[in-house]
Amino acid sequence: MRRVYVNEEWCLGCHLCEYYCAFANLNGRDLARTLKNVRINPRIKIEERNGISFAVSCRHCDEPLCRKGCITGAISISDGVITIDRDRCIGCYTCILSCPYGAVSPSDEGPVQKCELCTKNIYGTPQCVTGCPNAAIVYEERW
Amino acid sequence: MAINYIYPDYEIARNQDRCINCRVCERQCSNGAHEYIEDLNKMVSYDEKCVNCHRCVALCPTRALKIVKSGHTFKENANWPGKIINEIYKQAESGGVLLSSMGNPESFPVYFDKMLINASQVTNPSIDPLREPMETKVFLGPKPQKIERDEKGRIKKVLPPFLTLSMPVMFSAMSYGSISYNAHESLARAAEEVGIYYNTGEGGLHEDFYKYGKNTIVQVASGRFGVHPDYLAAAAAIEIKMGQGAKPGIGGHLPGTKVGPDVSRTRMIPEGSDAISPAPHHDIYSIEDLRQLVYSLKEATNYQKPVIVKIAAVHNVAAIASGIARSGADIIAIDGFRGGTGAAPTRIRDNVGIPIELALACVDKRLRDEGIRDNVSIVVGGGIRSSADVVKAIALGADCVYVATAALMALGCHLCRSCHTGKCNWGIATQVPELAKRLNPNIGYKRLVNLMNAWKHEIEEMMGGMGINSIETLKGNRLMLRGVGLNEKELEILGIKHAGE
Repeated sequence: MRRVYVNEEWCLGCHLCEYYCAFANLNGRDLARTLKNVRINPRIKIEERNGISFAVSCRHCDEPLCRKGCITGAISISDGVITIDRDRCIGCYTCILSCPYGAVSPSDEGPVQKCELCTKNIYGTPQCVTGCPNAAIVYEERW
Repeated sequence: MAINYIYPDYEIARNQDRCINCRVCERQCSNGAHEYIEDLNKMVSYDEKCVNCHRCVALCPTRALKIVKSGHTFKENANWPGKIINEIYKQAESGGVLLSSMGNPESFPVYFDKMLINASQVTNPSIDPLREPMETKVFLGPKPQKIERDEKGRIKKVLPPFLTLSMPVMFSAMSYGSISYNAHESLARAAEEVGIYYNTGEGGLHEDFYKYGKNTIVQVASGRFGVHPDYLAAAAAIEIKMGQGAKPGIGGHLPGTKVGPDVSRTRMIPEGSDAISPAPHHDIYSIEDLRQLVYSLKEATNYQKPVIVKIAAVHNVAAIASGIARSGADIIAIDGFRGGTGAAPTRIRDNVGIPIELALACVDKRLRDEGIRDNVSIVVGGGIRSSADVVKAIALGADCVYVATAALMALGCHLCRSCHTGKCNWGIATQVPELAKRLNPNIGYKRLVNLMNAWKHEIEEMMGGMGINSIETLKGNRLMLRGVGLNEKELEILGIKHAGE
């Protein structure tokens, strides 16, 4: 299955992926209009220290700990993509605590959010990948 | 000094309605021209730090930025334009030689723009390159004068070493040190994929790039940096650099700050030491001396590789080229005064040398007149901007062209002409790791391949229009060119007729 992978070697720490993520998940059409005066809460985040930077988002694990911990069955895998059913989620945050990558976070418009590979927004394909200026984030089949 | 005489050349125009404070401009500017002010929740810009490289403009996700020419002006004076006044202020403050990068930007005539290409109509058919075969392959090196046969009448195959290119364009010399590792990797991989050659420049060949050797021309320049037997053996051809179009008559200086561990190892000089290339080769003071170096290099490589001699286009270029053609060199490379550089004294760059179009025309004619044109191939560089320039150069008599500025532009260069600062925001002319990684060679080499493929298609279209199906037929075919707005002398030197003749 194709997943989002990060090439740390080419990450510039420009943080554009975070903005494209927030923009796509707000189903925006014009980036300036959608994000003007908005404090973004993206599902992909840049980790950086000592000149090293890379983007972190959901790895879409084969055996996801977030799903294992979910007490209402709101987290499921469909076609390899780990998705959240917002109607079933009660906001207990067990998934946030159990994800070893810190890829699940509280959401502004529902209990929790995580990368769903842009399958639930108007774009359909990962916008962090499309927007990365240096091919540091790629969407490909690896194993 | 207390008084700042210089007003910035550019202003950073920010559309605050579109700016979302994402800070990408701030993070991407190595000159510190942007800053986020927390209490104002606003981005601010510092015009005086801007070099107009467009990195922030290109990465701004909302198109909130553009760079505009400063409206600030001196009292109008045809003799003292603002640029010259500012240069005086700079020198009065620094006491130093003015430094510049890339090619001569002044308004000298561009002869390529004053020549037009022919096309077939009615009496000779044009060719559609999409339907019919079209040959853009060229061979560089001496051409055999006669066909020799053995006693059984079979052709003796003893060809001198030559280079084979899929199209008449090569990437010209840019050293590792002046440009980044990633820029070199992009050039090497693109040359391999297109089937052409790139040139290491005078900074040696990084050990990682020996695998691209069959598409590599290695350079031996006055500083002899990184020259050793494996270096010569790795290459497809060896170039002796006598001069460079951007700075004829002077050497080079790579500041020690750019000589990190990798550059140091590749150049075979101590880390952090300035790499100074002398103006002349200290062992070459005549054509006979040049011949000795040409043959030393041939001897060292077992006469397996063609030797190129590169000179800058200067006033006596035809006589010099004639000497080189007799020195045993297989290829002459001529670099025009528009050629780029990583750093040159401004006065030299802007005032020394001659246009490549005129140099090419007079060298080709001289070698023909002397009957030695087939002893060598001619490669021209320093001012080739498009496939049309390539076609015009071939029609004037070149075998092939060198491009470097255009190649760097494919990699992202915006011609801000600040290479000498070492802070290239596009990751090209820098050795700072955080900046160099901005050029991802996986993207860069594809853009170079795209550019070359695009030019190849255009060359084929133009050749087809002229009814020519092989680049060899176009070579030196000056009847395919007409001048516009040129005087008698210029037409005479170019060896072409005026439009309408």
